[in-house]
Amino acid sequence: MATIDLKTAEAEIPVIELLKKAQEEHGYLSPEVLKVIAARTGQPLSKLYGIATFYSLLTTRPKGKYRILFCKNAPCHVRGAKRVLEAIVSYLGVEPGETTKDGLFTLELTSCLGLCAVAPTMMIGEDLYGNLTPQKAIAILEDYRARERSEHA
Amino acid sequence: MATVIVDGIQVEVPDNATILEAAKLAKKEIPTLCYHPDLPAIGACRICVVEVEGEPLLKTACNTNVRDGMRIRTISPAIREARQTALELILSRHPQKCNECVRNGTCELQALASRIHVGEISFPYRQRPGSPDVSSGAVGRDPSKCVLCRRCVQVCEVIQSVGAIAVQGRGYDAWIDTPFSRALSEVGCVYCGQCVDRCPVGALFEVSHVERVWRALQDPEIHVVVQTAPAVRAAIGEEFGLPPGTLVTGQMVAALRRLGFDKVFDTDFTADLTIMEEGHELIGRLRDGGVLPMLTSCSPGWINFIEHFYPDLLPHLSSCKSPQQMFGALAKTYYAQKAGIDPSKIFVVSVMPCTAKKAEAARPEMKDSGYQDVDAVLTTREAARMMKEAGIDLSKLEPEDYDLPLGVSTGAGVIFGVTGGVMEAALRTVYEVVTGKKLEKIDILPVRGMEGIREAEIELDGLRVRAAVAHGLANARKLMDKIVSGQADYHFIEIMACPGGCLSGGGQPYPTTPEIRQKRAQALYEADRLLPLRKSHENPVIQELYREFLGKPNSHKAHELLHTHYTPKPVYG
Ligand code: SF4
Ligand code: SF4
Ligand code: SF4
Ligand code: FES
Repeated sequence: MATIDLKTAEAEIPVIELLKKAQEEHGYLSPEVLKVIAARTGQPLSKLYGIATFYSLLTTRPKGKYRILFCKNAPCHVRGAKRVLEAIVSYLGVEPGETTKDGLFTLELTSCLGLCAVAPTMMIGEDLYGNLTPQKAIAILEDYRARERSEHA
Repeated sequence: MATVIVDGIQVEVPDNATILEAAKLAKKEIPTLCYHPDLPAIGACRICVVEVEGEPLLKTACNTNVRDGMRIRTISPAIREARQTALELILSRHPQKCNECVRNGTCELQALASRIHVGEISFPYRQRPGSPDVSSGAVGRDPSKCVLCRRCVQVCEVIQSVGAIAVQGRGYDAWIDTPFSRALSEVGCVYCGQCVDRCPVGALFEVSHVERVWRALQDPEIHVVVQTAPAVRAAIGEEFGLPPGTLVTGQMVAALRRLGFDKVFDTDFTADLTIMEEGHELIGRLRDGGVLPMLTSCSPGWINFIEHFYPDLLPHLSSCKSPQQMFGALAKTYYAQKAGIDPSKIFVVSVMPCTAKKAEAARPEMKDSGYQDVDAVLTTREAARMMKEAGIDLSKLEPEDYDLPLGVSTGAGVIFGVTGGVMEAALRTVYEVVTGKKLEKIDILPVRGMEGIREAEIELDGLRVRAAVAHGLANARKLMDKIVSGQADYHFIEIMACPGGCLSGGGQPYPTTPEIRQKRAQALYEADRLLPLRKSHENPVIQELYREFLGKPNSHKAHELLHTHYTPKPVYG
């Protein structure tokens, strides 16, 4: 029998392009979206899901309204980013890569935001925040929640 | 041919041999973990590394081909270190709960760790992602024990063409999962258990019925009967140290009796009955212009497959229940009446080579006796486990006979356990029923063998019946595609979900390899040859059953108890 590499690149490049396009259109790769692609390509859903979980630019989970990009690089790290991140994780109840139940925030780790002078830093949507402490980070997130509530009220 | 030197020993090997195969010829067993002889070698685990003279890096023996004049070393300080590191990394992500594990004693990782000593593991333990799932009631998963050999993924995709599971994520955090971590029941898994058979560790397993069988056996109110599938007798001896291919029919009967079953019956009996019903169904379809080709229906993995992947072809399926289910329906009706036992007090246990049989027995429509026809399904491995727990060594017992009446069978019934066997058994009966002549050549050789798809023709009073046989679902898929595209001019097709047929079902003793399949097949053909009766319609108890109870084949009563219907199912529920 021939050797097959389960991640054979050539065979999957067109599929990856399809997945990327589908993600652009739908925001994320839901079971429904992947089922359509499975039917179109004849690939089992399990393999498509495998590709989607292999590449970090693809996601199988819906994104929240606000994307939190938290810097994980060294300058932030030495200035206490770990404690800030722990505080955010426990406040939101999600791990990096996950979205809060209310669909408001998706927490993601990123490399340098270019604001090392004011490390630790994070970006929420388009807004940058620096000199974070655990308290300060949570106050910022509470602000977003409060604003959301008043918008809905 | 190529000449290679393995640890100083010169051997001649075919040009396309791997280093692993060459070493075997030199009588050196290189350790492996991800490699399995049924599957493409992907070099995932790096346990099999060796040194090749002139090559700067170690090579994986399982997927490196030899070259003429190649000099190979299979053990050296560098090799030992590389293997130890590879194993240590695997073990650092393994829960190592051997004493709680279903694979204790048959686990390939355990065996490897006892061969390659790594001592204290210096990396901290980190559990693999993925959560356990036993919701199918047939095949269970515990991803925390996975070693990422990918054998399950390959067997499911390459041999079964199902693709229910795949590698997810990447690198250190990769894991094996269904799409969106759904239950196996929602992703088109057919419960064939071929992944269970290939898994080297306890990450895949059958959902156990052992406890419910013990409970029934210990209840004095309950009359517990057991049926044994054809393929079990050709394999269960392996669990007791006998060489593959040892036929242990009588000893298995003795061991089951010692376990406390009130009656030890034989699924071969209802295999004969299946031939009567299915054979007459085929004759009817041939005569009345029914849907052809007719497809066999005794392999529940295959039934799940066609329901999920080819629902439009369901009218081609024979309406016959499998022998297991025919047995259950009769045990709680015909047998209950004859023995004067209240059917609500009868508990039917099957010993099956199969994991899909567990799901089949639980299907809601399998209640034609008025009760769930089959109450518990043990795999061959589970039955052996019970015997061992009870201190019964089957290999030391004197053979005993099955009980009457549901223990009487012919050679046609026993070959149900091997690919081509149902076809051969059916043709033996159909020929004689249709032509009224005696079949001289009982052995129908063209349908035998391990070729993935085989064809045969048999002359029936002027009509040439064209038959095809496929085993392994990727082969079944090829035949189904031919039917869909109108290129299949067959009358009758036998499909078994597992490669080789039931003899390498997902519930058989570990391991299953091509050689072991051959040996089990030989044992079943030998059993057929040795039986005084070799055609289902000659089985005297079958004849009596029709006289006393069913009337004639495909009668109204036979339809009520012995036939069923199928339901189209979405692949992704
Ligand atoms: S899979 Fe093997 S090594 Fe792991 S706990 Fe089970 S027996 Fe032990
Ligand atoms: S039981 Fe069969 S279909 Fe299901 S995952 Fe295993 S190999 Fe695939
Ligand atoms: S579940 Fe078993 S067969 Fe599948 S990759 Fe893990 S260890 Fe290998
Ligand atoms: S056995 Fe060769 S790499 Fe796993």
